[in-house]
Amino acid sequence: MIRIFFIILLIFSPIKALALIEVDITRGNLNPLPLAVSPLSIDENSRSNFEKILKKKNIGSEISIIVENNLRTSGLFNPLDKNAFLQAPDIANVKPRFEDWNLIKAQALITGKVTFVEEKLRVEFRLWDVLAGKEMMALAFTTVPNNWRRVGHIITDKVYERLTGEKGYFDTRIIYVAEEGPKTKRIKKLAIMDQDGANNKFLTLGNELVLTPRFNPTSQMVTYLSYFRNLPRVYLLDIETGMQEVVGDFPGMTFAPRFSPDGKKIIMSFAKDGNSDIYTMDLENRIVEKITNHPSIDTSPSYSPDGKYICFNSDRSGYQQIYIMNSNGSNVKRISFGKGLYGTPVWSPRGDLIAFTKLHKGKFYIGVMRTDGSGERLLTENFYQEAPSWSPNGRVLIFYRETKTNDKGEGFSAKLWSIDLTGYNERMVDTPIDASDPSWSSLLSN
Amino acid sequence: MNRSILISSALHFLLIVITAMSLPFLAKKPIDLPPIVSVELIQITDKTNIPFAPKAKKTIEKIKEKEKKLVSEQAPPKKVKKIKPDAVPMPDDKIKKIEKIKEDKQNPEKIDNEVKQVSEFEKDELFDPNNIAALIDKSKEESAETVNKTDKVSQDQQKNLDISGLSLSEEDALKAQIFGCWSIPLGLPYNENLLVRIKLQLNPDGSVSQSEILDHARMNRPGQGFYKVLAESALRAIKLCQPLRVPSTGYERWKELQLNFDAREMLEG
Repeated sequence: MIRIFFIILLIFSPIKALALIEVDITRGNLNPLPLAVSPLSIDENSRSNFEKILKKKNIGSEISIIVENNLRTSGLFNPLDKNAFLQAPDIANVKPRFEDWNLIKAQALITGKVTFVEEKLRVEFRLWDVLAGKEMMALAFTTVPNNWRRVGHIITDKVYERLTGEKGYFDTRIIYVAEEGPKTKRIKKLAIMDQDGANNKFLTLGNELVLTPRFNPTSQMVTYLSYFRNLPRVYLLDIETGMQEVVGDFPGMTFAPRFSPDGKKIIMSFAKDGNSDIYTMDLENRIVEKITNHPSIDTSPSYSPDGKYICFNSDRSGYQQIYIMNSNGSNVKRISFGKGLYGTPVWSPRGDLIAFTKLHKGKFYIGVMRTDGSGERLLTENFYQEAPSWSPNGRVLIFYRETKTNDKGEGFSAKLWSIDLTGYNERMVDTPIDASDPSWSSLLSN
Repeated sequence: MNRSILISSALHFLLIVITAMSLPFLAKKPIDLPPIVSVELIQITDKTNIPFAPKAKKTIEKIKEKEKKLVSEQAPPKKVKKIKPDAVPMPDDKIKKIEKIKEDKQNPEKIDNEVKQVSEFEKDELFDPNNIAALIDKSKEESAETVNKTDKVSQDQQKNLDISGLSLSEEDALKAQIFGCWSIPLGLPYNENLLVRIKLQLNPDGSVSQSEILDHARMNRPGQGFYKVLAESALRAIKLCQPLRVPSTGYERWKELQLNFDAREMLEG
């Protein structure tokens, strides 16, 4: 009898469980997340020591400003006005009064402390979930005082990763071609800066024309193209050490090579016997291998992040379009079918998208499409813009844009711009002089 | 010979008649069926029934009363017609008439049925300070009646709702509230299976007494950073939205609620 009762109970119990009301939440708001970046607290002794070394009045505030600016430019966060903060930074770092931060509508809070320890800068920071009233993350760094800006970028990366789930892109650098002078007699120099435009440095003097620098995705190594005695020559430059070596002379080359995802190979296109094809070169033994063999013009190759595929540009259909193929050159497949001409395809480090430049009806577009060619989205349109380069997390693109000249040939300028995948967060990246051909580095602190 | 001609003519005539009668039927088009209209059956509750809610009932009653009023308003001129304006009344008659009108105004009981209907209608609309006590008493009775009625309705519907969940309007109200509170982490990949299910224990006022992530173990698994981020954002949305917009009745029905957060649709754009 008891058995029968239990069997009946077992049969009917799931029916009761099904009675739980379920509501599907498939939409939300896309507003940037409001958060508060409290100035990092600093004791008087540390403050005066850092003031002597770095000539900054309050290094705690300076670091928090870097974090705040980074988060704002990402377009995903809305750092709240510091004047609205109710709690002092030193107390907030120990135990925040969540009611006070809730009152100003902050959903997350960043607090921290800066100390001077044995001639070094020690920064600890905490990320708090204001609504849950709990600590989400706490980390500390010790470094030389001159690295204070990088500390701000690293904190931003950690916060970004904790709140979005993907790696940040703030502790990175951008290499680009700095330009000055009239359009017909342009001086082009290689330059590098932090992703926020700070710490700009020129790497070449401008005696020789430089083009299309590209970062190695695994190190701080760069390839670039320079004209030596009017012949295109490819260089390999180590940013950390300043060491430079010649990869080779490639007549008929117009773009510098790109690295393979493991950084051991480079992939490039150049014209040989009047026909432009794609080649790879092993950087260890310098063996060059021909990948495509087609009478059409094949250019701009770029590896997928797993190294299995290559996307490139070809006019084999009659017009310039984007194609993908296996890394050995087999299975070539056209993926772009829209109206207009497609160029400079670059595979996203995340692997899901390919960025490109499109020319249609006299206008240039920067866009993205899935790797099978579907879901084409044009992010930005302008008179002239090209050369997109991905941030290491595959969320933001940097490219350059030129302005029209007037009848007298004046008014020309070239500037770097960034745009995120939503297409809404478009910003100009400040450079001391005109800039083109940007390339984004991988994260400096992996 | 004649006979055969006659038979032949008759048969031909018959053939013509049959052809004439039957051809239109053959030429007739098949019945033109209207396109099939799909009808979705939804749960009707006190909230879904907005057009038939007491408010709507009142307006329907008002319209009906207005129709009556229109009839009664048209009626008095007929009476006025009886007193011919052209005919100059004698001074005595004039005085009598004024007195009669005065009496009409002061004694509503004496007003005929049609006019009475109008005044009763107006009584509902106008506030009568002398009649507050009566209104209170009446409202008490009415509210008691409506409570009984709603109790009956909810008891009847309870059985159905236990199985089918919230009505469409109740669910929409709750969804709309949470949509506004949920800041979707935009860095999440759109092509991964990220569905966060959160079970809530609710208080009668809609505040959350307990929340539980149903697949909590996944939060701390390596490589599930995106899931953790999504789950935390969902919990923040619930906290931000408190108290939730839940139905005012049937607490037993929704005291336990499961919210399934899925951002793929938004992230795909």
